[in-house]
Amino acid sequence: MSTRSTLAKVKNDIYQPYLARIVKVLPQIQDHLLFQLKFEDPRMASNFTHRPGQFVELSVIGSGEAPVSISSSPTRPGIVELCVRKTGRVTNALFRLPLNALVGVRGPYGNGFPIDKLEDNNLLIIAGGLGMAPLRSLLWYALDNRTKFKDIILMLGAKTPGEILFKYELLKLIDRPDMKCLLTVDKDEEGIWKAHFGVVTKLFDYVELDPATTYAALCGPPIMYKFVLKELLKRNFSKDRILMSLERKMKCGVGKCGHCSIGYKYTCIDGPIFTYWDAINLPEMVE
Amino acid sequence: MLFYQNLRRDLVKTMQILKLDKKNLNEFIFSLNDFGEVHAPVKKGDKQFVFSKLTDFSKIKLEYTRTILPPKKYFHPPTDTLFKFSQEEGYQSLTEELRKKYVIFGLHPCDIYAIKILDLIFAGEFVDDRYFIRRKNVAIIGLDCIPDDKCFCRSMRADFVEDGFDLFLSDIGNSYLVRVGTGRGDDMVRKTQDLFKEVNKKDITEYKRRSDEKKNLFKVDIELSDLPEIMDLEYESKVWEEIGKECLSCGSCSMVCPTCYCYDVFDEINLDANHGVRKRQWDSCLFKDYALVAGGHNFRAERSLRVKNRFFHKQRGFVAQYGRPSCVGCGRCIEACPAKIDIIEVINRIRGAKL
Repeated sequence: MSTRSTLAKVKNDIYQPYLARIVKVLPQIQDHLLFQLKFEDPRMASNFTHRPGQFVELSVIGSGEAPVSISSSPTRPGIVELCVRKTGRVTNALFRLPLNALVGVRGPYGNGFPIDKLEDNNLLIIAGGLGMAPLRSLLWYALDNRTKFKDIILMLGAKTPGEILFKYELLKLIDRPDMKCLLTVDKDEEGIWKAHFGVVTKLFDYVELDPATTYAALCGPPIMYKFVLKELLKRNFSKDRILMSLERKMKCGVGKCGHCSIGYKYTCIDGPIFTYWDAINLPEMVE
Repeated sequence: MLFYQNLRRDLVKTMQILKLDKKNLNEFIFSLNDFGEVHAPVKKGDKQFVFSKLTDFSKIKLEYTRTILPPKKYFHPPTDTLFKFSQEEGYQSLTEELRKKYVIFGLHPCDIYAIKILDLIFAGEFVDDRYFIRRKNVAIIGLDCIPDDKCFCRSMRADFVEDGFDLFLSDIGNSYLVRVGTGRGDDMVRKTQDLFKEVNKKDITEYKRRSDEKKNLFKVDIELSDLPEIMDLEYESKVWEEIGKECLSCGSCSMVCPTCYCYDVFDEINLDANHGVRKRQWDSCLFKDYALVAGGHNFRAERSLRVKNRFFHKQRGFVAQYGRPSCVGCGRCIEACPAKIDIIEVINRIRGAKL
C-alpha cells in the first residue's frame, strides 16, 4: 500500500458508527427498554460478534453517542440486544425513536469476560440493579455452552419484583435443572413473590461454593459490591477469581479521549471487566 | 553477497549530518514551500510566541522560548469535525482537512518528544487514522534552544531527541548543523543541495562545546527516579487539597500541554433537525463535568481529586503504562496557570523538599 492512497481517505475509521435498525423494543421495568438492533449492512449483521461483558457506542442521530453494554449472547448472533435506562440526553432521544428507526453502532469495545479462563470452572453470577444487563450476555453464553462449564449459579437481588430486569426470562430459569437461579427481593407489596426475600448476600446460604474452581462475576451498585466482596473473601475466594464490571464516563471507547480513566487505566480498553485484585490496585478505586 | 554486505554497511552508517550557513537559512526555508505550507514561531503580542503560517521571513523568531499552544494543534486540532450525518445516509467521515501538507519549522526537542508521546496514545490497539494521516502530512524541522527559568526538559529527559524529526538544526555560531532524520528530510536537503556543506572537525568541537554548555544553563531540576514511589506514598497527602483550593479548574494547563490529548465528542445538529456534524474538541480533566455520567454521578466532583488525577496521570500513571512520565518539561503549564500553580513546586512539595 503506497503512502499516497492512505493519504486520500481514512481507511479504517475507528470512530465510524454503522447504521443499525431497531427491529424490536421489549419493555422491561420502568424507564428500561430492551432494544433489538440489526445492522443494515448484511456483512456487518453476520460478522458482528463480541465477548460477554463488552459494550458498544450507540449513536442516536442528532443527539450524540453513549456507551451501552451488550445484553445478548454471542451464541445468538444476528441481533444485538441493548438494555437501556432512560437517563441522559442520548437515551432520552433513543426512547423517543419509533420502531424501525436507524441508529449508529460501533464496537464491540472493552475486554469482556475472560471466557477462556472461566470455562471448565463453576460460574457464580451475582447481579444487582441494572447489573444484569451485561451479565445476561455471560449467563446465556454459559447456558448455550452448557458442557463447557461446571455448576452455573445466578444470584440476583432487587428491591421489588417489579424492579427485576429480564424478570420473566429469569423466573423460567428457576426450574432449569442444569443451573441454580436464585432471585431475591427486599419486599413485595403485591404479595405474590414466591422466591427469596432479603439482601443478595443471604443467597449464599443456599449454595456450596468451592473457591478453587469457581469464578464470581459481579455487576451492580457500589453497596452490593461492598457486601458481596466481603462474603466472597470470607469464603476464601482469590481476588483473581472475582470479576467485576466497572462503570465510568466514556466517550471514545477506544482508549484515546481520557474520560473513563480510573487511576491510570482506561475502563474502555483495560476494562470494563476487572479482577478484584486489579480493581483495588487502581488508585482511584479506593473509595 | 559482497554487494549486500556493503549495502548494509552503508545503511547502518550513522545519521547524515550536514552544515547550513546561517545566511542561507531564508533561501532554504523558502524552498520548503514545495513540501507544504511553512509554519514557524512568530511573535504574538509583547512577550508570547505562536506557531503560525510564515508569510514574512523577518517575522520568524528563531530565539523564541515556547509557543502558547504546542504543535499538537497540527495533528490533534482544538476542534476536529469527524463526521457529517443525516437520517438517510448515516455517518460519513470527513477527510478533506487531513490532506493538507505542512512544514513546521523550529520545533524544540521537548515538543518533538511530546509528539512521540502522542504517537503512543493515538496508536495502540485502536489506531486513530485521523491523527496519523495528519502526522504523515506534517514535516517537522527541529531547532535547538536555550533554556529559560521555566524549562525542565532536562529533568524530564526530553532535552535532546534522536528521532521524530525530518531535519534538526543545531546552532554552531555562523551556521547550523543539520541532522537528516527521514527520507523526506533528505529530499528537502537535496532540493537545495548547494546550500549545504560537509561538517568538519571544528564544527564538531563547537557543537560539543555548546551542547555541554546547554546542560549548565538549566535553573530548575526535578529528581525523577523515585517519583512514582513517592507519589504512591503521598496519594493521601493534604498537599492535593491545598492545590485543589488554589486551582481554578480553568483547564489552561491542559490546553497548552504538548502531551494532553483528552477530548470531548459531541454532535451539532442543523435547524432542519436532520443533518449535522460530529465533532471532537480538546477537553480537560480539570473541568468539573469531565467524569460526570448520565444520571448525575460525578466520579471526580471535588477539584482536589481532579488536580491530583492530572498530576498522577502525567507523572505516575504514564510511567506505569509507558515507562516514562508524559511530561516533557516545556514549562507551558507554569506560564499559563492563572493561579500560579507550578508543577516543579508541586513535585517538590510532594517530595517534602524545603522551599
